[in-house]
Amino acid sequence: MSTEPSAERGPWSLALRRFLRNRLAVAFLGLFVLIVLFVLAAPLWADNVAHTGPNEEHTVEQITVDGEKKDVVTPEGKPIGPQWFGADGKFFLGADGRLGRDEMVRLMYGGRTSLQIGITAALIATILAVVLALLAGYFRGWVDGLIARTLDTIWSLPVFLIGLALGIALAVGGLKIGPLELSSGSIWNPILVISIFTVPYIARPIRGQVLALSEKEFVEAAVAQGAGPVRVMFSEILPNLASTIIVFFTLMIANSMLFEAGLSFLGAGVQPPNSSWGTMITVGVELLNIQPLLAILPGLMIMLTVLALNIVGDALRDALDPRGKARMDAALEFEAQGGIATGQQGATA
Amino acid sequence: MRDSTNPGAPLLEVTDLVKHFPIKRGILIDREVDQVRAVDGVSFRVEQGETLGLVGESGSGKSTACRAVLQLIKPTSGSVRFEGREISGIGRREMRPLRREMQMIFQDPYASLNPRKRIGQIVGDPLKRQGIASGSELRRQVQELLERVGLSSEHYNRFPHEFSGGQRQRIGIARALSLKPKLVICDEPVSALDVSIQAQIVNLLDDLQDEFGLAYLFVAHDIGVVRHISDRIAVMNEGKIVEQGSADQVCENPQDEYTKKLLAAVPIPDPRESRERHSGSVQ
Repeated sequence: MSTEPSAERGPWSLALRRFLRNRLAVAFLGLFVLIVLFVLAAPLWADNVAHTGPNEEHTVEQITVDGEKKDVVTPEGKPIGPQWFGADGKFFLGADGRLGRDEMVRLMYGGRTSLQIGITAALIATILAVVLALLAGYFRGWVDGLIARTLDTIWSLPVFLIGLALGIALAVGGLKIGPLELSSGSIWNPILVISIFTVPYIARPIRGQVLALSEKEFVEAAVAQGAGPVRVMFSEILPNLASTIIVFFTLMIANSMLFEAGLSFLGAGVQPPNSSWGTMITVGVELLNIQPLLAILPGLMIMLTVLALNIVGDALRDALDPRGKARMDAALEFEAQGGIATGQQGATA
Repeated sequence: MRDSTNPGAPLLEVTDLVKHFPIKRGILIDREVDQVRAVDGVSFRVEQGETLGLVGESGSGKSTACRAVLQLIKPTSGSVRFEGREISGIGRREMRPLRREMQMIFQDPYASLNPRKRIGQIVGDPLKRQGIASGSELRRQVQELLERVGLSSEHYNRFPHEFSGGQRQRIGIARALSLKPKLVICDEPVSALDVSIQAQIVNLLDDLQDEFGLAYLFVAHDIGVVRHISDRIAVMNEGKIVEQGSADQVCENPQDEYTKKLLAAVPIPDPRESRERHSGSVQ
């Protein structure tokens, strides 16, 4: 109702302002940025502080802590605990197990892998889903039938079991289809599995939106101007899906990271010696009673990242779809007034 | 100009236009069980520079007829001739250059403007798509059009949500006129607007007709509005045209029962006169 007098204020800048007003979301966005910076700093930390790589083993080595020599791994197989800066930053968080790898370095590199898989899988799934949804929703008929039934089929599969089976098969044998060749240890294996199984979750709601948008008169106007199907889909309908896509993409990064952690924990995701937060939990679980931090830390990192992404995603949805919110506010107000429809203005003003 | 153009032919000639929508039902394979006869054998013509009013209640097939004329939906059968050239059933690529000549103004000013586009884009896109103008020339033409329909050239960079219904309809008009068409199909262009704004828009359309030599196919359910702007009127009911003639003839001396009902439904601003009519016409 209150139209801002300022010119050229587009939907995007309005949404940004609404997002920035949400303090909690901004704080968690900050946390996510910190996590990203943390994993990006992995090589810096490895080269300059820890002086070791993520997969370097130090089983029989000793380090000097406060002038005292200590075994990285005791003869009984117990890894060294967190040294903080006692050993000049070496084994900041201790060693990861019998192999004596630097836990801090692995945590940083593992986070890289986890985020990389999460973001790439979410990106692939979102692009695939949007294209399929546009085709299904715009052309309808048999195109829609084919796409929608395929997605329903994927949806109806027990995702984790199939993902696990497929993940193991790929992890063992790799994949070779024409020019596409994946070696057995490639991180593209989990990415592929995750993205295929997340497509329906994004495509279904977006297809519904495309169906509704195709009925709008601005689409007819574009056709009346001589625009073809591709123009209509990508230049008229797609911009209206942008807010949904952004929200889904954010939430799907979190979702994919959890999926990856699950697959990796069960041995179907990232393959040793490479680390991801999921594989690190697997390694840490074995030593849960002597060094609980080894399992808790990567778990905590996953939790914080997923939490941050979910809160940011929710806030983005609120900021990008103020009308959805306005409609809810209006409904609440309506109830508060005892159901008397006073001032029930259309949400569009 | 175009070789297939027949100089003696009317601008638009629609003959026996039919559009049936199938009603499908089936468990695995859809079978056609019935049809909705939205447009059922409609014929009319629009001459250069004239206005044909098309009236009828909602559901009478007016909008479907418009869309079938513009080939936005495929007619089931019948012929649509534009300047003597058959356009019913021709391909999208063949239709493309003809789209310049016929444009449409839509009913809902909220749904007809893409909320994610700036006004300059909305009005300028047709020019870009048809390869008529680009760059600063495009901007100049768009701003000129905006001013012509009663908006300001500063509105160029704004978004639709910043405008009122009447202003949005003006943007829709500017978009339709950007290609300098010969025929504009107005699908209930004022029925979604306030009464006070309806008159402004109708008058604007009237002025633009004189200035650009436009022909209108003006669709509305309010025969009062149609009478004001039309040279001739066609009355549509249940997919068929029940009466057709000059505006005065149809309104002063209606032949069909349905036309009489439509005329009786026109609200009269004076309550006393309104009461008299009702006591007189209701048995």
